[in-house]
Amino acid sequence: MVAHLVRLKLTLLRNGLRRSAWQIVGLVVAALYGLVVLVLGVAGLVTASATRPDLLPTITVLLGSALVLAWALVPLIAFGVDATVDPARFVLFPIPRRALVTGLAIGALVGVPGAVTAVVALAMGAVWWRDPLALVAGVVGSVVGVLTCIVASRTTTTLMSALLAKRRFREVLAALVVLPFILLGPLLSQAHRIDVGPGALDRAVLVLGWTPLGAAWAVPAAVTDGDPLGALARLAVALATVLVLAAVWDKALAHAAVNPPHEEASTRARGLGWFGRLPATPLGAVTARCLTYWVRDPRYAMSIVFIPVFPLILWVVAPDSQLLLFVGPITAFFLGWSISQDVSFDGTAFWTHVAAPLRGWTDRLGRVLAVSLLGLPAVLVFAVVPTVATGHGADLPTVLGLSLGAFLTSLGVASVASALVVMPVQKVGENPFGSRQGGSTAAMTSQLAGWGVTFGLTLPTIVLAVVAVRQGSALLGWLTVLVGLGLGATVLAQGLRIGGRALERNQTRLLSRLVSFP
Amino acid sequence: MPPEDAPSTAPVTAPPALLLQGLWRRFGQKIAVAGIDLSVPAGSFYGLVGPNGAGKTTTLSMATGLLQPDFGTVLVHGRDLWADPVGVKATLGVLPDGVKLFDRLTGAQLITYAGLLHGLDRDTTAARTADLLGALDLAADAKTLVVDYSAGMTKKVALACALVHAPRLLVLDEPFEAVDPVSAANIRDILASYVASGGTVIVSSHVMDLVQRMCDHVAVIAGGHVLAAGTVDEVRGDVSLEDRFVELVGGRVGGEGLAWLRTSSD
Repeated sequence: MVAHLVRLKLTLLRNGLRRSAWQIVGLVVAALYGLVVLVLGVAGLVTASATRPDLLPTITVLLGSALVLAWALVPLIAFGVDATVDPARFVLFPIPRRALVTGLAIGALVGVPGAVTAVVALAMGAVWWRDPLALVAGVVGSVVGVLTCIVASRTTTTLMSALLAKRRFREVLAALVVLPFILLGPLLSQAHRIDVGPGALDRAVLVLGWTPLGAAWAVPAAVTDGDPLGALARLAVALATVLVLAAVWDKALAHAAVNPPHEEASTRARGLGWFGRLPATPLGAVTARCLTYWVRDPRYAMSIVFIPVFPLILWVVAPDSQLLLFVGPITAFFLGWSISQDVSFDGTAFWTHVAAPLRGWTDRLGRVLAVSLLGLPAVLVFAVVPTVATGHGADLPTVLGLSLGAFLTSLGVASVASALVVMPVQKVGENPFGSRQGGSTAAMTSQLAGWGVTFGLTLPTIVLAVVAVRQGSALLGWLTVLVGLGLGATVLAQGLRIGGRALERNQTRLLSRLVSFP
Repeated sequence: MPPEDAPSTAPVTAPPALLLQGLWRRFGQKIAVAGIDLSVPAGSFYGLVGPNGAGKTTTLSMATGLLQPDFGTVLVHGRDLWADPVGVKATLGVLPDGVKLFDRLTGAQLITYAGLLHGLDRDTTAARTADLLGALDLAADAKTLVVDYSAGMTKKVALACALVHAPRLLVLDEPFEAVDPVSAANIRDILASYVASGGTVIVSSHVMDLVQRMCDHVAVIAGGHVLAAGTVDEVRGDVSLEDRFVELVGGRVGGEGLAWLRTSSD
């Protein structure tokens, strides 16, 4: 049975590759990346074991703990739950649960991350070659450690998938979980300010060695220290971790098998919402629909969540510098650019627009109006508040001119971009962190091209604004307003015209692409 | 407006509601539709039947402006759809299969959206939305998000969207799939009275019985070709439509194959 499940996983992998060339590219890239990580990891371990055996306990425990933590958490946020061998799909087959659990666990090793982890773990066992007893302990510890990795990842995903099935929860979680990850970079950049005492690392390693994260990896070090009891105790902690996690996973699987995730219908809206307030025209309808989606669709809500994050990052990295003047323009750019994936976000529901007697520019303008109604106040606030708060009130016209210019320009360019390219995006309710396979290259190219065009078209305003701030010239400041608004309005008008025509020409092609996405 | 390509010797009659001429469509290596000609008379209730993968959905997508044909023309009441998409689409009501709706809207919002996109004014849209929600038994769920609807309810609200602007030609792809028998009967009544008042309906289905009872015309499609087309009585002759369909399409497998699937043998 175990062999069957592993073979199934391999077959799924192979068939996936057969479907699309991009999947092969993705696998090759992942494999190369994995190979680099592997070579670096193993080379580092070999070097350390040859030159600095005294550092080995620290390295193995830290590396091992990081591995376990990554396996437990990364699937939740980076790849989504691996649905290719979703336990729910085996419900109807008469497979004993024990065999299913074992098979799924070993199946998890098939793939780049699994293979890299296994090899690195083995290397972490092999570095104890100086002491035969420690070598045995090291290999045993590594096997237990890899088991912990796999079982921990399966346990967290199985437990979370039950919770993730509830739409509200998933949407809120999506918005909340992402924040610390965005802030991680800036916070780490500040971490050097925290004073780390000399023995802190050693103490951390000692503590980690007794926790479920690091126990398995700390066994060989205890053996070389001549502490057989400590080694056995740590091994006991590690084995208990695996057993407890396996039991929890087993229970969760058994529960999931007979209680499939169930959507709760709870959301009810009052009245017609925006449809009742905006003019009863096709343009008003498109605007109302987009506004409704900005509020109800978590993917749009995500881009709103990002808005306050950016100034926060700038503020953490560089409080009271002139960089804060750029908060408004950059927010404006990202808000305007946020409609570049609008048609992709519509998904196959875009047929409603294709089937209706709708002019291309109406579709374009409706989407622009919706984001403007929401975004313009935000742009104004982010332009005015940091400028005034940092005592650069005199530069306010410049900042406002650049912000509004950037907003109008990115709206115009995005209106054309989303009429030319659709890309696979996560569907509503999918793990918002899992990017769709196969689309990333096209997505990146079109996004970068769009950014480049927007930047080029904003460049005159940017140059004016920088000179105005540098020289403290009020005249240049007002000139920035003039150029920003004039240039921006021109780009937007042309964007609506060109984008509208492109949409009318391309809409059936875009729709067939959207239908063909898995 | 006289149809441009009607032969001048023909008696002066209304152009067909839908005329497909030499439609071709290829997806990669696979030819989904290989030269389909079809004439749907105005005021008919037309059934399109065929096995899975016959090209029904592709044909209907091309007939409604959702998919560009590689070759061929589509005339709706004599007007070329692909020459004037915006003008012709206003006269079409479409229910496609296998695509999503804007399901973060409530049922009432979605029907309102469809009405406004077709240029109806506020009062007309509101009145028709209420009528449709009532007729399709969705009034109680008017304020529930469509994403929380069951499959059958979703089909019904999509049908309401296709009907709201009172199109002259309705093209419905699998309208009865997942719909409960009572709602299906209500929908049949709505469609029948719509046809009686001069509208034209095209439905695709693979339920022969339903097509035989409901439609007056039928076309059998398989492998991207039209195998037979005409009134239901012409196509079926003196056998049932289902028997005629199997005869045309072929592919029946004798029941002897699964000899082991007999509970008594165990």
